This record gives sequence, C-alpha cells and structure tokens, in this order.
Amino acid sequence: MTALSNEVGLGATAPSISESTLAEAQEVASQPHDQTPTRHISDYVGPPITFAVFIGFWYLMSDWGLKHLFDKPKFLIPEPHVVVHDSLQSVPRGDLLRGLGYTTQVVLIGLGISIVLGMALAIAMAQARWLERSVWPYLVALQAIPILAMVPLIGSIMGYEVNSRILVCVIISIFPIVSNTLFGLLSADQGQHDLFTLRNASRFTRLWKLQLPAAMPSVFTGFRISAGLSVVGAIVGELFFVRGGKGIGALLDQYRSRNIYPLAFGALVLCAVLGIAVFIIFGWIGKLVVGRWYVSTRKSS
Amino acid sequence: MTAVAGSHSIGDIPILAALKFDNVSMTYPDGTFALDSTNFEVHPGEFVTIVGPSGCGKSTLQRIASGLSKPSTGTVTVDHDSLGYVFQDATLLQWRTVRKNIELLAELNGVPKAERQAKAQETIDLVGLNGFESKYPKQLSGGMKMRASLARSLVLDPKLFLFDEPFGALDEITRERLNDELLSLFQRSGFASLFITHSIYEAVFLSTRVLVMSARPGRIVGDFEIPFEYPRAPDLRFEPQFAELSGRVSHALRGAHS
Ligand SMILES: Nc1ncnc2c1ncn2[C@@H]1O[C@H](COP(=O)(O)OP(=O)(O)OP(=O)(O)O)[C@@H](O)[C@H]1O
Ligand SMILES: [Mg+2]
Repeated sequence: MTALSNEVGLGATAPSISESTLAEAQEVASQPHDQTPTRHISDYVGPPITFAVFIGFWYLMSDWGLKHLFDKPKFLIPEPHVVVHDSLQSVPRGDLLRGLGYTTQVVLIGLGISIVLGMALAIAMAQARWLERSVWPYLVALQAIPILAMVPLIGSIMGYEVNSRILVCVIISIFPIVSNTLFGLLSADQGQHDLFTLRNASRFTRLWKLQLPAAMPSVFTGFRISAGLSVVGAIVGELFFVRGGKGIGALLDQYRSRNIYPLAFGALVLCAVLGIAVFIIFGWIGKLVVGRWYVSTRKSS
Repeated sequence: MTAVAGSHSIGDIPILAALKFDNVSMTYPDGTFALDSTNFEVHPGEFVTIVGPSGCGKSTLQRIASGLSKPSTGTVTVDHDSLGYVFQDATLLQWRTVRKNIELLAELNGVPKAERQAKAQETIDLVGLNGFESKYPKQLSGGMKMRASLARSLVLDPKLFLFDEPFGALDEITRERLNDELLSLFQRSGFASLFITHSIYEAVFLSTRVLVMSARPGRIVGDFEIPFEYPRAPDLRFEPQFAELSGRVSHALRGAHS
C-alpha cells in the first residue's frame, strides 16, 4: 500500500502550503514582531477533510457521474483503489518510478537553466532602463505564443530528444523568474538607496548588498511558480519529443493510447505529486533563506 | 554669552565651519520653489536645530547638506567623508541583524572587518542596544530602530551629524529619553549637529541654536541662541527660562506660518 500512503502523505504535506499563506495573512493583520504563527486545530483537520472530499468526488464520478451525467462507460475513470492497485504491480511500478526519475531530471535541468538565465537577464535589465524596455516585449511574446505552436519548429531544429524537452521547460518557466527578480531588484526603498549613494557605493556593491538581498522574497516566489511550470513543460515536452528516456508524460500517453486507464490515472497522480513536491521544496528553501527577516507586506494587494 | 557650548571662535580666531550654506536656493525640476537664498553655518561643537512649517523645505535643505541633492544656485561647504545621518525612517536593511546593520556604513567605506566589528560593538554599548545585536529590524521597536540607525553613523566618527525628524514617529516618553541620550552622545563624541524637528521643545532642549524657517519657499527668518549649559538635566524642560525661550521660538514660528 505504499502508493496509498503516498497519497495520504500528499494530503498531509498540504498544510505547509496553506500555513505559509496563513502565516503571511496573520503577519499583516497583527503586529509583525512575533513570527511564530499560532496553529489552530482547523489547520490540521482542513487538509485531510478536503482530501477526503476529493477522493469521495472521484468515487462519485467513477461509480455514478460518468454513467448518469455523461452517459459514458465506467472504465474512463477508474476508481482510486483500482488506480493504486494496478499502478503498484511490479512492471508498471518500475516503469512509473523510472519515468518519475527521468521527468524530474528534465524538470530540474530546465528550471536550473531558467533560474540562471532569468536572473542574469533581470539583473541586466535592472541596470539599464533601455534594456528593460527593449527586452520586455520579447518576454511577453514568449509568454503569449502557445508552446504547442512552437513544438514543430523546436523539433525540426533541435531534434526530438531530451534537449528539446529541456528547451520547452525553459520557455515555459523563465518568465516568472525574470519578472519576479526584476520586481524584487527594484523594490529596495529610496532611503536605503540614499545610504549607498552617500557612501559612493559602486554599482556592484549596490547590487550585491542592497538590491539582490531585497529581491530574495520575490525571487523565491518566482522560483515557486516556475517550478510548477517546469513540470508542465517537461510533461508536455515528453508528449512530442519521444526519443530518449520515457518520462511520466510519455507513459501517460502510452497507457491512454492502449486504453489502460488505471495506469494512465496513476501517471496523472504522479505528475501532480511531482508538481506539488517542487512547489513545497522551493517554498521551504525560500522560508529558510528569507523567513527570519522577511515581513510580508501584501496589504496593498 | 560666554558659557555657550557652541561658541564660534576661540580667542577671536574663527574655526572653520562644519557646514556652510552660502546663498543656497532650490527649485525642483517641476517648478516647486523649495528653498530661497539660505545662509547659515554650523560650527564644530554646535547643535543647530531648524524648525519650520510642514513643507517649507527642511528635508530639501537636509538632502542638499548631505550631498544627495544639488542646489539650483549657491554653494554648500561640507566634508562629505565625515558626515553622519539619521533620517525620518531608520532605513535599516531588513535582512541584516542589528550588528550587521551597524557595520554597514563602515563596510561600505572599506573599513577592515576586525576594526569595524570592534567599533560596532563599542557603539552598540553606547546607544544601549546590548542584547539586541542578533535581532532583525522587524523585531525592533521604533525607538530601537532609531538607536540602530544612529549607531550605524556613529561608527564612522562623524564630525557633523544630520538629523531629519529622527524621533518624529515616536511617543513622547521615548522621544524624551532618546533626546537625553542624544545629548550625552553629543557631549561625549563632540560632533556638530544639524537637526530638524517639528517640536519646539525638542529644539530648545537639544540645541545651542535654533533657526526658524518660513513657509515655502523656505528662508531662515529667526535665529535663537539657547544659552543653557550642558549637560542638560531632563528637568530643564520645566524651568521658566526654558518656557520663555520656547515661547519666543513658537511666536517666531507662528509668524513664519502666515
Ligand atoms: N523631488 C521633489 N520634486 C518636486 N517637489 C518636491 C520634491 N521634494 C520635495 N518637493 C516639494 O518641496 C517642498 C519642500 O519639501 P520638503 O520635503 O523639503 O519639506 P519639509 O519642510 O521637509 O516638510 P515636512 O515638515 O512635512 O517634512 C514641498 O512643497 C514638496 O512638495
Ligand atoms: Mg521633511
């Protein structure tokens, strides 16, 4: 029953997401001096309840909704326990775990490239206004063009292998990193800039000791968003660039085309788990880096 | 007035001013005429305070003194390397502990690590921040933040300190306590001060000299010597002579408002 406990674990990790937003809300509401948020019982019972509702809804759709609402055969949405049971058989289990490994690799490489390129670009843009103004349109365009429209082009130029998947990850995930980093770099307040001006600080000193630290909270928000997008990029990439290791996305496609729905759902669940895991991990690293000093100021939003 | 701490000369030989405004005017690019041919000097040992109606150009004057803004006309003489500043916001860096914040300006000046750490510790003791060295700014009260902001400049041993309403946001008790502490620092460290406040009592209590500015465009329209000896006891605030002087400054200020 490891997969089931895996899913329960998924429900149990959810509090750390809601807690961070809750903690931020409390900091705004009360004085920002004391940082340990008080935990209520409701913080702990909420996630299991929503998880139970989610599973209940799944059963409902599988056993009743599919037939009565959509007039479709039941096998299209297998029941959760069937999904878990079938996915845990030794052959699919091996495939899925290996797939998870491949996909995770692509996700992390793509995200890493996005972080390095995106932050470098944002730092450059923060230095020169003309650069900021002339680069923005291209970034926005990159956001606006559907990735599917670029797939054929990427395939013909880069081939149908892992490199192309990584490129898709980067294209999908770089924008939030650039925009959040840039926003953060420009967020240091005027009085603090004045201090550096008065001491004749160099551009580099100002960047290193003022702008980058000031940017960290927003940089980590960017990482968290991009991590999720990078998972999407990796999965989408696998659907088109099929050479190389078979990731979860490729398995998903394969199971679906062979009508093995329980396994297709198993792959879907793994995609979700991967997305949640990177989201949580980056949130956690962010807290580690800025949690001690950062006072959330979301009053204005 | 022989006993005034801020006497301008020793045996008729003038001492070089720590700060000199010579016919300084300021018009902002948007046409706001903020400061009108202002002349004054701050001498070593002097504590000069400027009071004036809101929006009359006091912060403008302070920014010009610090070198952050260039005046439209006139000249300012000041040694930029020996300046300290405490502005209305403490402007501490949120990601640095109190200790690291206090080291900041020395760090930017390239003071070697061991030296600036020793110096920072010394000023931490001086401003009463012991026990708060490892706290982050969000964990400090307003008064503590101001102490840290003060200490940050003290590390540089400034010859001239610029204050722009540093205690304006604090409650009265904290403000008076910080006033007392500031005065003992002033005596101990011997910096000259240019201080800006809205509070006449604060001005008279702290200063050797109080300047009154007119409404915008700001000009200096009043100049009061404050003859009280240092050290000044907190109870000086209740002396009749103190009240009388405060009354005269207040009167000049009211004239300036119209
Ligand atoms: N950067 C600027 N550009 C244009 N006008 C400005 C600028 N800074 C200040 N002013 C204007 O100059 C005038 C003087 O401003 P300043 O901040 O020096 O006043 P102040 O005496 O410090 O006021 P307060 O007592 O409220 O702090 C005001 O009318 C203000 O609106
Ligand atoms: Mg002001």
